[in-house]
Amino acid sequence: MANFTRGFTGGARRGGDTRLPPGQYDTGATWPVLTAELTPTIDLDTWTMTVDGLVEKPTTWDWRGIHALPSSSYFGDIHCVTTWTKFDTTFAGVSVDALLEIAKPKPEATHVMATATTGYNTNLPLDDITDGKAWIVWEFDGKPLAPEHGGPVRLLVPHLYFWKSAKWITQIELMDHDEQGFWERNGYHDRGDPWLEQRYQGDA
Amino acid sequence: MTEAIASSWTTGIVREVERFGETYVRLRLEVADRHDHVPGQHYVVRLRAPDGYTAQRSYSLASDPADPLIELMVECLPRGEVSGFLHDVVEVGDELELRGPIGRWFVWGGEVPSLCVAGGSGVVPFVSMLRYARRMGTASQLTIVASAQTRERLPYIEELEEFGAFIALTRENHGDRVAAHIYPDELAELSKGIERAYVCGSAGFVSFVGRSLGEAGVPSSIVRVEQFGVTS
Repeated sequence: MANFTRGFTGGARRGGDTRLPPGQYDTGATWPVLTAELTPTIDLDTWTMTVDGLVEKPTTWDWRGIHALPSSSYFGDIHCVTTWTKFDTTFAGVSVDALLEIAKPKPEATHVMATATTGYNTNLPLDDITDGKAWIVWEFDGKPLAPEHGGPVRLLVPHLYFWKSAKWITQIELMDHDEQGFWERNGYHDRGDPWLEQRYQGDA
Repeated sequence: MTEAIASSWTTGIVREVERFGETYVRLRLEVADRHDHVPGQHYVVRLRAPDGYTAQRSYSLASDPADPLIELMVECLPRGEVSGFLHDVVEVGDELELRGPIGRWFVWGGEVPSLCVAGGSGVVPFVSMLRYARRMGTASQLTIVASAQTRERLPYIEELEEFGAFIALTRENHGDRVAAHIYPDELAELSKGIERAYVCGSAGFVSFVGRSLGEAGVPSSIVRVEQFGVTS
């Protein structure tokens, strides 16, 4: 194998921006939509968000209740395993820390399973969603999050590949072990750090 | 069929290149250390510049698992860094970095009667399914609906027609069918008796078909989706 591809020097996408993790390109103003399921219709009057499993106080918030929590926003980049990166996004909602502060994780909790209304789920180490690293968001760029992007409410874990940021989230379950979610069972990496290019099962 | 995890990169030698106008290029490659795929799975193609810069994209396989080569049908996108290179530069004999097969969700192993609905290049994974079904004698389990603006925009149209796929062109007539998007009543007819539906296309197409399937009485829980393209 030659150590490069004959005739390839990098195309129009090539930026050299140090904010780009390896193998990613800048998708610019666009925001690709990639899901495994049809976009659900979610009724805000019946929507709920639950934190349960290994917590002192399993808690469920409705739409109004979650908005009563202190708001928190994220400004920065997001990275999809399909190789696009979107710079300078703004999301608003609540910090996952605010939910955990109320639900109080038990000491033995080490991982979580985040589950969507569609049944989609994804696993995360608890450490990856605490200390200001994860949000439950309902606004993008100051507007309600569109259904195809996970609206009304999605998980946001921007330091990991975006399949971890489950669209249409409704539950976070705390567990004392790791368990694979939807894409992880279907060939994708258990953690998904874009800076380490943890795209598929078998990546370091 | 073995279920492989695409744990490492390998190489493929381009054995055939066929270009279809400005829109599509078909590549057939011989893959080193190849694992069998399940129809519907994809490969990642990675291009590497002399200075180490890389660009990689995923492409669905069109080939039957028994095909000695793997086949990709790549749509050439505007400013497409990888698709443009594959369309303009690649020649027979070139070596490409490959990884696959990947994905265990949007796959069909012939086990359930299924409806496949494709928009444009979204038909590629279904071509793999139909070739597999033909070889295994399970073609009756597979109903394919393919939509595009024109014949030219629908790769594999002859093969789809021969298979008996339902073709819906939106900007020109197809046989007796007047140019139009797929109608919900067409989908209702075609989805009789199915236990699973696969929809592959742009986000807009998938959203449109998803609503139509709903109107046709297909529960969303049996619908599997694969999307590509962008929203602004």
